[in-house]
Amino acid sequence: MHKEYETVIGLEVHVELATKTKIFCACSTAFGSAPNTHTCPVCTGMPGSLPVLNKKVVEYAMAVGVATNCQINQYSKFDRKNYFYPDNPQNYQISQLYLPICHDGGVEIETSAGKKTIGIHEIHMEEDAGKLVHDDWEDVSLVDYNRSGVPLIEIVSEPDMRSADEVIAYLEKLRMIIQYLGASDCKMQEGSMRADVNLSVREKGTSEFGTRTEMKNIGSFKAIAHAIEAETARQIDLIESGEKVVQETRRWNDEQGYSYAMRSKEDAQDYRYFPEPDLVPIVISDEWLQQIKDNQPELRDEKLARYVSEFGLPEYDAQILTSEKKLADIFEATTELCKKPKKVSNWLMGETMRLLKEHEMDAADLKFSPANLAKLIEMAEAGTINGSVAKEVFEHIFAEDADPEKYVEEHGLKSDNDEDALRAAIEQIVKDNPQSVEDYHNGKEKAIGFLVGQTMKATKGKANPGLVNKILKEIL
Amino acid sequence: MSLLSLTAVELGKKIKAHEVTVEEATRAALDAIHEKEGSINSFVTVDEKNALARAKEVQKGIDDGIYTGPLAGVPVAIKDNMCTKGLLTTCSSKILYNFIPTYTAEAVINLEKAGAVIIGKTNMDEFAMGSTTETSAFGATKNPWNTEHVPGGSSGGSCAAVAAEECFYALGSDTGGSIRQPSSFCGVTGIKPTYGTVSRYGLIAYGSSLDQIGPIAKDVTDCATILEAITSYDKKDSTSVEREDTDFTSALVDDVKGMKIGIPRDYLGEGLDPEVKDAVLAAAEKLEEKGAVVEEFDLSLVEYAIPAYYVIAAAEASSNLARFDGVKYGYRTKEYEGLHNMYKKSRSEGFGPEVKRRIMLGSFVLSSGYYDAYYLKALRTKALIKQAFDKAFEKYDVIIGPAAPTTAPKLGESLSDPLKMYLGDVYTVSVNLAGLPGITVPCGMDSKGLPIGLQLIGDCFKEKNIIRAAYSFEQTREYKHSPLAEAQEGGTENA
Repeated sequence: MHKEYETVIGLEVHVELATKTKIFCACSTAFGSAPNTHTCPVCTGMPGSLPVLNKKVVEYAMAVGVATNCQINQYSKFDRKNYFYPDNPQNYQISQLYLPICHDGGVEIETSAGKKTIGIHEIHMEEDAGKLVHDDWEDVSLVDYNRSGVPLIEIVSEPDMRSADEVIAYLEKLRMIIQYLGASDCKMQEGSMRADVNLSVREKGTSEFGTRTEMKNIGSFKAIAHAIEAETARQIDLIESGEKVVQETRRWNDEQGYSYAMRSKEDAQDYRYFPEPDLVPIVISDEWLQQIKDNQPELRDEKLARYVSEFGLPEYDAQILTSEKKLADIFEATTELCKKPKKVSNWLMGETMRLLKEHEMDAADLKFSPANLAKLIEMAEAGTINGSVAKEVFEHIFAEDADPEKYVEEHGLKSDNDEDALRAAIEQIVKDNPQSVEDYHNGKEKAIGFLVGQTMKATKGKANPGLVNKILKEIL
Repeated sequence: MSLLSLTAVELGKKIKAHEVTVEEATRAALDAIHEKEGSINSFVTVDEKNALARAKEVQKGIDDGIYTGPLAGVPVAIKDNMCTKGLLTTCSSKILYNFIPTYTAEAVINLEKAGAVIIGKTNMDEFAMGSTTETSAFGATKNPWNTEHVPGGSSGGSCAAVAAEECFYALGSDTGGSIRQPSSFCGVTGIKPTYGTVSRYGLIAYGSSLDQIGPIAKDVTDCATILEAITSYDKKDSTSVEREDTDFTSALVDDVKGMKIGIPRDYLGEGLDPEVKDAVLAAAEKLEEKGAVVEEFDLSLVEYAIPAYYVIAAAEASSNLARFDGVKYGYRTKEYEGLHNMYKKSRSEGFGPEVKRRIMLGSFVLSSGYYDAYYLKALRTKALIKQAFDKAFEKYDVIIGPAAPTTAPKLGESLSDPLKMYLGDVYTVSVNLAGLPGITVPCGMDSKGLPIGLQLIGDCFKEKNIIRAAYSFEQTREYKHSPLAEAQEGGTENA
């Protein structure tokens, strides 16, 4: 008889916080600079240097905790996690073990299987490590400490997820909450959001957990879904063939489509955690906590409901517009200027999405100003430009934030609203295309489209299509 | 009389009065070092060239009215665990034999602002681990009173340099008695301030929750003056405390009338050398004669201080010293295969036996399965010791006792029995565990001609109480120059 299995998944999600400076020193957190240019004695572990906590890190961690319904530890501490590796300049990482800043929360997710709450065990603050660069040519390894000391929060879920769908929904939920808070841009491909997947399988109906494995640092939602499917299958195969799942850390290779063991529990390190003596306990007053709660921005669920009720947008539009904070921000700012929410929504959901896909970009990368989109919408509405010109101009707004008025002026794209000249041109076209005129009179409505097209061609696309239609029908 | 027999404050006055130039004072110190280093080895690095250049600069600063404080122009020696920009800083360890910091410790910056001239870096027990200055990778420092004896430690180089009159004053650091015990052995005065008073930024950590920098000099006046100069609230050190009562020199008052002084009975019991005991009790009598109310009392938990101290200090040290791995700076082994072999060989060759012992001890007490039984228990003991002192300070303004159970042992005697050496810290470590201020002042000599120190302990932030009591006691006796200090006077005259 074939047994039925259930996958049990818990996640450890690392999120890089959007502070300007590092967690324990004043160095910049900017991404992509020359190696070791954002460093100082503190983040390179020089003897005698001491850490000083960046208050903004605590505020972001509290904000994420509040938004994920966590309890906030108003007395929290840092601990040292001791291990030797060259990317870790002090050979210990300052993290939180005994008294993390947030605990016992959870978020609601929705999948095709319905709604469900995923518990959050804790959220703690810690510092990122540097980056090792292996130079195979010279057979040496170099260390870049620019990332060393960049603030992270680690969000540890309960083992509440049962499928890749739920895992993706949970990650999406976290990503949106954190983006809305402005606490991180949560870009997986740049490593500002990373997930470790703890997974075990068990026979359906049993209450005990199976032996779990941990898959580290998987780089995208797609890869996470692949890794979960493959690891579930691997563990079921082991159990079916009478073997045991070994508790170990595995690395997922997404290109090859399989994971391999990195280290087993037997050679797991003893991190010798102990309270960080160079930092004082973090004491969060009731006032400070209240201030964070009062300053929480509108999160996605509230925003979605408001877009439907306040702007009369269809739920589908509201879903897409709020799926990325940047998109929602542009929507609100543009609507504020032109007061045409549905038009703004159409531009964002249509042309913007198309161009993002075409350029393989994220909504977070959008650079254009709402003012230019608002101007474009008003020009199209006023008939100053026609629809196809508007699309052309938008491409330039999208790419280089072009001012539509200037662009149209410089390229002579204004709609031709001189009715007499247009009528003369159309008369000529009607004269030149007797076949189409005949087709039209014989009931072929499509024929008028050809004539409109010819008119547009003759006017180099500047004619107002509405006007062209009107005049054509009059002549015919 | 030699210039070097002056106290720092006396020299500062002469410089201000243009009786002595900064350069003359600096040259005198450098000459004394040249003459005596062969006998005592109190320095790891002597920075002759920069010191002389700096002396000229400071002299100009004084003449231009930039440096006006009491320490302007006075040469100082710095313990070699405080970072000095551009100047070798070794912690007396092979693993940092070539380490030149890119920045200067905050306490040293404060001295520079006061117009100090740094003449060099003093020898110490490797990474401040030891009570004799014999664990230095650069050879033991010797006691200026008798060069067959140790100067104490770990700030033995600083204390010996002051006692031998190679410099006018020095900075030391104290994690479990490392200022107070060698001050006692060398017949000089040293203060370990309340935890958080002097910034630890740039002090290469041994036990972070216990380490404090403090002054070592010939008398209480110097120490109070120096402490006032190095104290600052430093945002770079999260454990730094913002204090307002740091005008320590205002406590230099010869008056202990009505002051309540307690002597822990536990500090006078088994293991205490009778000569040390007599000298301490005689000092107590002197204070009583001056109007203080002195009585013995029971300070509980004394026997738990050493185990708690060695567990906590070693645990923190095992982590603090992890960064010395041959990757970024310092010693790296010559030949190795791969990363882990490089770590192992660099650390095995770079650290001395006492440091390795404490790293192993610290790693052990933090290991999973032992953490609760050792480390957590030690932390609880630390809290209870603090409570015991809190209770005592409800009754007493100052607690007095010996700084060490004996006078300075002979070279080579202590390291053969580390456990015995650890027990020698019995009177000093609880002060660090409780974060209290302590001062050692000379109070007598034993029959071998070695100095005995009196330790005075105050409640947190009550440095002024111990400064006042120590200053008052100091007025009852003459400062005794060590034979090595005397030797220089003759030497100068004969030259």
